[in-house]
Amino acid sequence: MITKGDITSLAMDPAHTNSAPIITIRGVTKSFGTHQVLRGFNLDLYPNENVVIVGKSGSGKSVLIKCLVRLVEVDEGEVQVLGKSIPDLQHDELDEIRADVGFLFQGSALYDSMTVKENLQFPLRRHSERMKGQDEEELIHEALKNVGLESAIDLMPAELSGGMKRRIALARTLILQPKVILYDEPTSGLDPITSNEIIQLILNIQRTFHTASLIITHDMDCARVISNRMIILQDGINYAEGTYEELSKSKDPKVKAFFKEVQNR
Amino acid sequence: MATIPKALRDYLDQTGEISLFAMRFFREAFHRPFEFKELLRQCYVIGYNSVFLVITTGFIMGLVLTLQIRPTMIDFGAVSYMPQLVSIAIVREIGPVVTALICAGKIGSSIGAELGSMKVTEQIDAMEVSGTNPFKYLVVTRIWACILMLPLLVIAADAIGLFGSFLVETTKGEVSMRLYFNRVFDSLLFGDLIPATVKTFFFGFAIGLVGCYKGYNSTKGTEGVGHAANSAVVLASLLLFVVDFLAVLVADIFYEI
Repeated sequence: MITKGDITSLAMDPAHTNSAPIITIRGVTKSFGTHQVLRGFNLDLYPNENVVIVGKSGSGKSVLIKCLVRLVEVDEGEVQVLGKSIPDLQHDELDEIRADVGFLFQGSALYDSMTVKENLQFPLRRHSERMKGQDEEELIHEALKNVGLESAIDLMPAELSGGMKRRIALARTLILQPKVILYDEPTSGLDPITSNEIIQLILNIQRTFHTASLIITHDMDCARVISNRMIILQDGINYAEGTYEELSKSKDPKVKAFFKEVQNR
Repeated sequence: MATIPKALRDYLDQTGEISLFAMRFFREAFHRPFEFKELLRQCYVIGYNSVFLVITTGFIMGLVLTLQIRPTMIDFGAVSYMPQLVSIAIVREIGPVVTALICAGKIGSSIGAELGSMKVTEQIDAMEVSGTNPFKYLVVTRIWACILMLPLLVIAADAIGLFGSFLVETTKGEVSMRLYFNRVFDSLLFGDLIPATVKTFFFGFAIGLVGCYKGYNSTKGTEGVGHAANSAVVLASLLLFVVDFLAVLVADIFYEI
């Protein structure tokens, strides 16, 4: 059980000293009309590393991770995922990369008209070549077992609670065995107990599958426990970077103000 | 641009966007991969689920039309022309337009709300990152299903409307079924049937296109979903009359109605 008193990250140590980064972002800018959201953001994400990006609402966190799978096009800058430049990829190549990048959406984004099983089958059938030789039923049961919801296989999303939806969405993300997982507010809208269950799942996924994760969150308890490294996104740039302990003890006025504001919430 | 009133600018913007959306449909509709399974599912949802509503409306339309026209036809001593008059009215115009308007309400709003809700809950984004082209999977299949199902629904409504009309005639005028339908089929020409059927494909296209466009481009959360459903019905209904007018103009050239 994770409590507010825990200070140390429970994330597994990454191996980034000898490895090439899985995700590289250099000088990314993005504007919507006259409003510039990202003004030169930089990031390296290494294998088996959990990086948490925190920032105020509207600071561009969700836009940033959507740029990584080209749900949003960047205006300028370099975005490389698994060695491929995302803005330059043809659609077929992009789909291949997307299969290696799991994306957990804020509201789970389960397909309402499909059962849990069909939700999990959907990405599998789209990438049947990639999963060739593997039994579909077995993969679905394995994915559901990983999130502890084997019994929900025939339910519709409307019959699931918020926490169950999030776990099924995580199973759908895991089913293609991605190398990186992008989490958009994985604990938002959940009660503290369910949030803890999701945090434990994220940690288990890192330990079991050795995936790298980029996590966008407002939840500082979640950030503290699951991060190897944290980035504060402010004014469109990575304003401060370090472990939770380093940032929470920072003397920088903006970082101090950010932590104070979060604690007062 | 500053001299163009905002309402006109918005109207022109929307017309341009719908045209681009339609062009994208034609670009993607004839290229692989084809989503046949989803197309069949949509044909079931759009066609089968609308049959009861459409035949009920068609039946009442036939009854009412006959009841309203009959007294005037008696005054003119032309009551024996009732089957001809009603069949031409229903097959050429009233059947297709009323059925299409009912479908614009039922199908247009349901497509607008469904896609709008998928958009605001990021299901469309989820589909895209899972390697599926959401436009092909969601939009192309729905528009095709509307194009294919609307003519069948109109034929069902026409048939049941004529049956309703026969019931009134047989009750009030003691006309046999054989005589009534002989007169109906004697009066109907290919020039009545072909343009009336061809225009229903365009009606289906208009309903599907507008419903998908409004839902797929829905914004502003749940409020946007309601707006998408509502505006899909309004715009599709308006577009149906424009398509109908153009179809009648073109049919007039070929068949001299």
